Amino acid sequence: MSQIKQIIGQGVPVVGNDIDTDRIIPARFLRCVTFDGLGEQAFADDRTQAQGEHPFDLSQYQNANILVVNANFGCGSSREHAPQSLSRWGIKAIIGESFAEIFLGNCTAIGVPCVTASADIVQQIQNLLQDNPEINIQINLETMTVVCGDLTAAVAMNPASKQMFIKGTWDNCGQLVQNESAIQTTASNLPYLTW
Amino acid sequence: MSKGTLFDKVWDLHTVGILPSGQTQLFIGLHLIHEVTSPQAFAMLRERGLKVLYPDRTVATVDHIVPTDNQARPFVDLMAEEMMQALEQNTKDYGIRFYNLGSGNQGIVHAIAPEQGLTQPGMTVACGDSHTSTHGAFGAIAFGIGTSQVRDVLASQTLALSKLKVRKIEVNGELPPGVYAKDVILHIIRKLGVKGGVGYAYEYSGTTFAAMNMEERMTVCNMSIEGGARCGYINPDEVTFDYLKGKDFAPQGEAWDKAVEWWKSISSDPDAVYDDIVTFDAAEIEPTVTWGITPGQGIGVSEVIPTPDVMAEGDRAIAEEAYKYMQLTPGKPIKGTKIDVCFVGSCTNGRLSDLQEAAKFAKGRQVAPGVKAFIVPASERVKEAAEAEGLDRVFTAAGFEWREPGCSMCLAMNPDKLQGDQISASSSNRNFKGRQGSSTGRTLLMSPAMVIAAAVKGEVADVRELI
Repeated sequence: MSQIKQIIGQGVPVVGNDIDTDRIIPARFLRCVTFDGLGEQAFADDRTQAQGEHPFDLSQYQNANILVVNANFGCGSSREHAPQSLSRWGIKAIIGESFAEIFLGNCTAIGVPCVTASADIVQQIQNLLQDNPEINIQINLETMTVVCGDLTAAVAMNPASKQMFIKGTWDNCGQLVQNESAIQTTASNLPYLTW
Repeated sequence: MSKGTLFDKVWDLHTVGILPSGQTQLFIGLHLIHEVTSPQAFAMLRERGLKVLYPDRTVATVDHIVPTDNQARPFVDLMAEEMMQALEQNTKDYGIRFYNLGSGNQGIVHAIAPEQGLTQPGMTVACGDSHTSTHGAFGAIAFGIGTSQVRDVLASQTLALSKLKVRKIEVNGELPPGVYAKDVILHIIRKLGVKGGVGYAYEYSGTTFAAMNMEERMTVCNMSIEGGARCGYINPDEVTFDYLKGKDFAPQGEAWDKAVEWWKSISSDPDAVYDDIVTFDAAEIEPTVTWGITPGQGIGVSEVIPTPDVMAEGDRAIAEEAYKYMQLTPGKPIKGTKIDVCFVGSCTNGRLSDLQEAAKFAKGRQVAPGVKAFIVPASERVKEAAEAEGLDRVFTAAGFEWREPGCSMCLAMNPDKLQGDQISASSSNRNFKGRQGSSTGRTLLMSPAMVIAAAVKGEVADVRELI
């Protein structure tokens, strides 16, 4: 289990509110039994329509590992294929104004921290990335700050997720399984299990 | 912080413990799986050498990828066939109950669990599908999860979660003729926004929901996620108990009486405390149609497509994107918009009462020339019951196609898809860009009755004019 305290690299801005998981990974790419190969299909239809101008196709963002988005990113379907495709494209962390809940949980479960910042800060970072794609970004989860060139700003994350990344317990399956006797106790108090 | 609500009570009862992160380890009473979001979860179990802790508490079916015309195996789509085989193998290997095609019990996962009485009040329900909120109609706490969490439930029958806040959404009064549960939820999402519910569970209460049957309540709870709320529920009452009585998995005999007593006890207390309360008047709700690319972009059928100046500033950019994508003009009426395809079905509106209501308006009318219209029952049981009433013949006589059960063109993972920039009138739940299988396809969400009205007129029409 790996601790994630800091993400350093380059950013890619994908501008717009309410970008849903059908847009991140259209349903036809869910016809699969593994997550392999999903990286190439991230934003597939948006990219086709942008005719090479989508940030995921622009040469200057090909080394990016931090995605910068606006409000309610990842709304809609619970498909984990969405964060899996972003992760396989190369995204290691996301900065956004806000995230849809299931998407956020899925990102946490696969070790992709999502931090929030004010609309103004997000827009400033997106502008910086558009003007200077090579600019260095750092997200520090211990201090909850983002540094992008000369800009330093506070970011937020719910305390549980923060702790899981810093302690390296974001994949909590093992932890859940360990508590088998407590699970059995809870189950024994639920009347409907024996109906 | 909420106190004494059904959500609080069910949450507490299912709490296994508090994890070091501060999250709750929550027991999941019913786990539903399907072919799309489970194969990778089983692969992870195998990789880690984990067993399925409570195989009896997981139920599987196949819905997203199934063709609704030719269901012969192997499927024409070999990827779909591979997913199907993976589910067949996984359920066999781990001893999980599986309702396969032709079993008489297959269907959309959110239709089959309620119709068999698997979903019951006071349960926690999880499924790798965001419309799991549907099951909240029974007074269950039900939510969608991702594949890693499907793995967690299989391995431990629990999830690590942070508790949600609770917002009571009260709607009072009788719905006007031609106005349905679908219109109520589209209206709520329009008013509270697509991210208004993030961090909340929605408790729907008031006389409007009390007067609804279980299938209507499922329609409402189904779309909670479209308003950003991971789960939505309605306190169980006599309507709930009447629906459940005699169902396959409902308690019987003495256990039934005990169950009813327990179900009543987990309802929200009269003095329960909520984090927020919002109230609507049923009389103000019109047949509602979406014009944009989020389910929050809805209007009454008699309204015009909103212009940017009447919107909150934060809604304008997505509206501009919607005008362009939908090829619709702000300030113009939505009524009269030409329609290419009509679809009645999905976990939102593919149940028997939806088809009965749709058939009322299809009877004696004809699908307009040039319109492709099809009806997809939510489950094999719904199909059988509808055929026993002759609904299939009503639809086919009116020019609709009558199909086999599945998710179909709600998300178009099967062969049912829009072509090019076709525009559909759809009883499903999402009007996202590309949602119905074409990257330029356009979706207008509405009630099943409104879909039929659109089908016979060939354009968006007001179903109240057909009453």
